[in-house]
Amino acid sequence: MKAIAILASKEFCDGIRNRWFLGAAGALMIFALGLTFVGSAPSGSVGVDRLAVTTVSLTSLAVFLLPLMALLLSYDALVGEIERGTMSLLLTYPVARWQVVVGKFIGQTFGLGAATITGFGVAGLFLLWLAPDSANWHGYLLLVGSSVWLGAVFVAIGLVISGLPQQRGAAAALAFIVWLVFVVMYDMALLGGLVADQAAIIGPSVFNFLLLFNPADAFRMFNLAGVEDIRAAAGLLGADMAGGLALSGALMSLFFWTTLPLGLAVFIFHRKSL
Amino acid sequence: MPDKQTVCVQGVTKTFDTQHALENLTLSVGAGESLALLGHNGAGKTTLMKLVLGLIRPDAGKVRILGVDPAGSGATEIRQNLGYLPENIAFYPALSGAETLAFYARLKRQPVADCARLLDRVGLGDAARKKVGAYSKGMRQRLGLAQALIGNPRVLLLDEPTTGLDPELRHSFYNIVRELEDDGVSVILSSHALTELEAHTRKIAILRKGHLIAAGTLGELRDQANLPIHIRLNSHQAAGFSDIASSLPAGITQRPINGHAIELALPPTRKVEMLRYLVGNVPEFDDLDITQPTLADLYLHFQNRSTPS
Repeated sequence: MKAIAILASKEFCDGIRNRWFLGAAGALMIFALGLTFVGSAPSGSVGVDRLAVTTVSLTSLAVFLLPLMALLLSYDALVGEIERGTMSLLLTYPVARWQVVVGKFIGQTFGLGAATITGFGVAGLFLLWLAPDSANWHGYLLLVGSSVWLGAVFVAIGLVISGLPQQRGAAAALAFIVWLVFVVMYDMALLGGLVADQAAIIGPSVFNFLLLFNPADAFRMFNLAGVEDIRAAAGLLGADMAGGLALSGALMSLFFWTTLPLGLAVFIFHRKSL
Repeated sequence: MPDKQTVCVQGVTKTFDTQHALENLTLSVGAGESLALLGHNGAGKTTLMKLVLGLIRPDAGKVRILGVDPAGSGATEIRQNLGYLPENIAFYPALSGAETLAFYARLKRQPVADCARLLDRVGLGDAARKKVGAYSKGMRQRLGLAQALIGNPRVLLLDEPTTGLDPELRHSFYNIVRELEDDGVSVILSSHALTELEAHTRKIAILRKGHLIAAGTLGELRDQANLPIHIRLNSHQAAGFSDIASSLPAGITQRPINGHAIELALPPTRKVEMLRYLVGNVPEFDDLDITQPTLADLYLHFQNRSTPS
């Protein structure tokens, strides 16, 4: 659709214009380079592959940083335009409300994705020099690809947040709470439950299932459980995350965590009075 | 009279929380007609425009624009024929004037090449490359008018369009509106500048607390209100006016201004009768002014009449 393309490209250009994407790419690059050099040092010349170690470190970095960046970018997308007054004018143009939401989603996902690819790509170039013969490059490429997807998931969640409140401040607070819940508290609660439960109810399969309910954990599972050497580097060799099942489950989780919030954001925005 | 109504509002009620924004409102605008909405702040002018634009839905009644429900599913395409200038217009501050117009032109599927001409038309040709964030209120208003004119809309809604414009620009603004009317565009505008509207619009609707309290052309409103017209007599003669009150026909009141001027108030229907009488019976006057009730007088009359005492 043409309207979606116009809105998406505007969103993308806005991000470039205000240097948001540049900042995101720079931050990701600095962290990724730091982890590449520091994180792969202890492995030395023995044991696991340097690239595998770095991939594990970067996975943890991405789980923390990308949801935060995506939410910071998208929480403002709808409520900000409503508050500044540009939305009511935009909606008098031949643009359906769902197109506004989808256009913003695509534009911001592309922008954040480009920043992710740039940041992790530069780190990848250094890894090419540090570990040229590694057999785990596909694991690294999967990390970059799934990181872009993780960004998309949290842009979609951010759009839901952006459609709910009447003020930007409330949306910002909500975005921070959502980040805290998904990235920090969910895992802590799960661990706490695991300890208290003493494996009475929460067996390995239930545990894996619960992990899939959180897109951040699904992302982690996808990247850590997929490649043999990476599982070794992550200390997951003995874990019950069987490769194939974990992979497809994680992909399903990421898929639903993209489409459902996006649909919900469209639904909420459609019912909103301006 | 145009045979087809481009904007039609029938029995529309809209309530925000507990406040009645509009109540059982009915009005229509035809092609090439302009309608001015008058009313105090909060009378429902902006709400009415938002209803016509489909930004909000009525609680009861129906709204049609070019035959389509503006809040319905078929409305997206209709919006190509629609221009809107909101009351407090906001733009993306990081874009320049030309970029802003290009963005909106693309959304309306209009050639971006026309934008330069539109910017010239509203007098922003020199500021096209400047960031909108650095525009003055008047410049933003003009850019707002330019975006409303993209793609030759058939219906134009302008919410207080002349605020922030200097007198010269106001004049050229109303010239643009008149050209549009001649092209068959329906123009709905709201304003508090009554003297401007008196000179420039054809149809007027007065709102009060969500109710339509009067509608019609200026002449029709004058007929409805039946306010007295004023005749002011001036005398250049040394003696001035003698007491003419006692000899005036019944129903005419007089108010002496000073010894050389006197003001008579009379029903509009008796104007000619009174002029004949004055010429025949009051030899003292050398000059006279006839003042029709202004739109401001009419506006206050209708507003006060509908105030519950």
